Amino acid sequence: MTGTTPDRATSHRATSHHEGPAMPTYVGMPSFPSAARAAVADTRLRGNLAHATSTIRGRRAEAVAELDDWAALRESGKQIKDHVLANLGHYLRMLEERVTAAGGTVHWARDADEANRIVIGLVKATGETEVVKVKSMATQEIGLNEALAEQGVTAYETDLAELIVQLGDDRPSHILVPAIHRNRSDIRDIFLRSMPDAPEGLSDSPAELAEASRRHLRAKFLSAKVAVSGVNFAVADTGTLVVLESEGNGRMCLTLPETLISVMGVEKLVPSWRDLEVFLQSLPRSSTAERMNPYTSAWTGVTPGDGPGEFHLVLLDNGRTATLADEVGRQALRCIRCSACLNVCPVYARAGGHAYGSPYPGPIGAILSPQIRGIGSEVDASLPFASSLCGACYEVCPVAIDIPEVLVHLRARAVESGPRHPLERTAMNAAGWTLRSPTRLALAQRAASASRRLVGRRGRIRRLPGPLKAWTDTRDAPVPPPESFRAWWARTDGGRTEERDK
Amino acid sequence: MKIALFVTCVNDTMYPGTGKAMVRLLRRLGHEVDFPMAQTCCGQMHLNTGYRDQAVPLVKGFAEAFASYEAVVTPSASCAAMVRDSHARLVPEAAETAAKVYELSEFLIDVLGVTDVGAHYPHRVTYHPTCHSLRMLRVGDRPLRLLREVGGIDLVELPEANECCGFGGTFALKNAPVSAAMCADKVANVRSTGASTLCSADNSCLMHIGGALTRAGAGVRTVHLAEILAATEEDPA
Repeated sequence: MTGTTPDRATSHRATSHHEGPAMPTYVGMPSFPSAARAAVADTRLRGNLAHATSTIRGRRAEAVAELDDWAALRESGKQIKDHVLANLGHYLRMLEERVTAAGGTVHWARDADEANRIVIGLVKATGETEVVKVKSMATQEIGLNEALAEQGVTAYETDLAELIVQLGDDRPSHILVPAIHRNRSDIRDIFLRSMPDAPEGLSDSPAELAEASRRHLRAKFLSAKVAVSGVNFAVADTGTLVVLESEGNGRMCLTLPETLISVMGVEKLVPSWRDLEVFLQSLPRSSTAERMNPYTSAWTGVTPGDGPGEFHLVLLDNGRTATLADEVGRQALRCIRCSACLNVCPVYARAGGHAYGSPYPGPIGAILSPQIRGIGSEVDASLPFASSLCGACYEVCPVAIDIPEVLVHLRARAVESGPRHPLERTAMNAAGWTLRSPTRLALAQRAASASRRLVGRRGRIRRLPGPLKAWTDTRDAPVPPPESFRAWWARTDGGRTEERDK
Repeated sequence: MKIALFVTCVNDTMYPGTGKAMVRLLRRLGHEVDFPMAQTCCGQMHLNTGYRDQAVPLVKGFAEAFASYEAVVTPSASCAAMVRDSHARLVPEAAETAAKVYELSEFLIDVLGVTDVGAHYPHRVTYHPTCHSLRMLRVGDRPLRLLREVGGIDLVELPEANECCGFGGTFALKNAPVSAAMCADKVANVRSTGASTLCSADNSCLMHIGGALTRAGAGVRTVHLAEILAATEEDPA
């Protein structure tokens, strides 16, 4: 074993994860509102996203409706994850012991830099300069491909959508469908431009595009000596790692190379195989709307003569224990990366994934990124506000993460973290002062009513000043009434004098 | 039963007609309703914008203002959800009062046991179920059951009804382009119904959609559920 011990990994202080670039590719991202403004105006992106998310959303609803025990599955998933999180040190040590006993090597990485250093060291030790990759959120999170490239190692993404993103020199915009912002003619253009062996005259038919990528990737599978993967689930009591996928590229990467390196967030544990039963049902139905995903690969250490002869597991903290310390926020660690919340989110569908400035976009990203990275940057401080709190995400979450609750919780943290909006603070304090007293509220209402002839015509206001202009840019605002409800109530004895006068 | 009206700060200040309709409707059904003058605001705007400290005194004020009533009825699903879901978490002593708060359709159907309130509203109406009424309060189809019993009404289904209109409180200002894009889709769906009236259980959402409807010159008015239920043939809204 190299790296830190489990005790150190699970006890380090909340502050340590703020140091260093935890998601290097995303440093200096603009705040969500400014990134989203551009996305909203991109009609092609809007079209691609609206089509893709509404299709997946409908299919997921059907796949979930087939099960009469969905509510029980959801509750079980939640409880299993909560149990693991409450006993994380115990299960991590168990996993380390079982993986080691089965011939694997376990490494502990406190943050992105440490994880990258470990993987780079392991790849260099093989003498190889190329690795094939199975789609992995954890390695996106730590910016592994970029870190490997700096050391002269080329990482080839083998998931079709990740390949499209990589060849397009692009960033993923969806957890499950990283190239959701691309349509098939975009993909054909990217292949023709950047895939060295793309056939001439490639059309944008899905079958031709799939065949081109299949041929391209086949050569990589057959030559690669090292593979890097993520992990969907780790079974603590047997030391088994599990990857769910649709394309079979994962199975290739997990079995053909000589060395396999898997990077896993520490929260990916389940206690036993029995617990997997829940997630092997809820994950595919929530993510791809399938009853069962096409490929589920499970491996335990190494097996002589079968599969990679060398297996390394990198356990990644990168802000997770700090997140675990927060009573409200920790439920984000239940996430199984299904992306159902993205597909139902009206904000995601219009802003797209890139606006979230993180490999974790959408509602889950809005609560995960500011927790694992800390609320330091503009984008992280803006993410908890990137929601209308409509609650559609919570409703579909297969592990019942109350995303709106965590968003509101993180909004308070964002406000407390620094004076970002002094004008807003002044307005909120003034509103608070007014609303704390019925007398002051009545006075404010009288002032509003007195202003009604000045501010608007025919019952509406077409232009408001200052920050309120954001409202009247697209919407009229109502004109205050001649008298407030409370003034009416006081004047008419609750309407009784009016009734008598009739 | 000692019933209090929690009118909400938005209705109190901007939409007194909704509060008056609540009083008129409940009186017609034979129930006196009181308006405790000490009430102001449930604290939702402050809590949801990140100013939890400013919300706490408002929660305490709410609990004190309504402590002596058996039931508190409000024409805002969103404020009712704020009170029931968050008040006790912010101020544990507020739990008892919070549990007695009902949104209008819940109060009529679950507490008073009526669906036909004797209303008359001869217009083509479509109903937008707000996010907080659906996914926080879980009022289900209660507002629609009440509307279906209204005399003369031509109730038409709103496509994509469960989608958020994009209001979201300060979200509408902080993320105005996304909010406006969501609202544009809601407006298109409302217009596709041919309704002359858009009804909802929350004036905040109606203020948002209605602001876009008048800006577009759509000729669709926004009317709170309470006002439709209060309207009668003798005394139309």
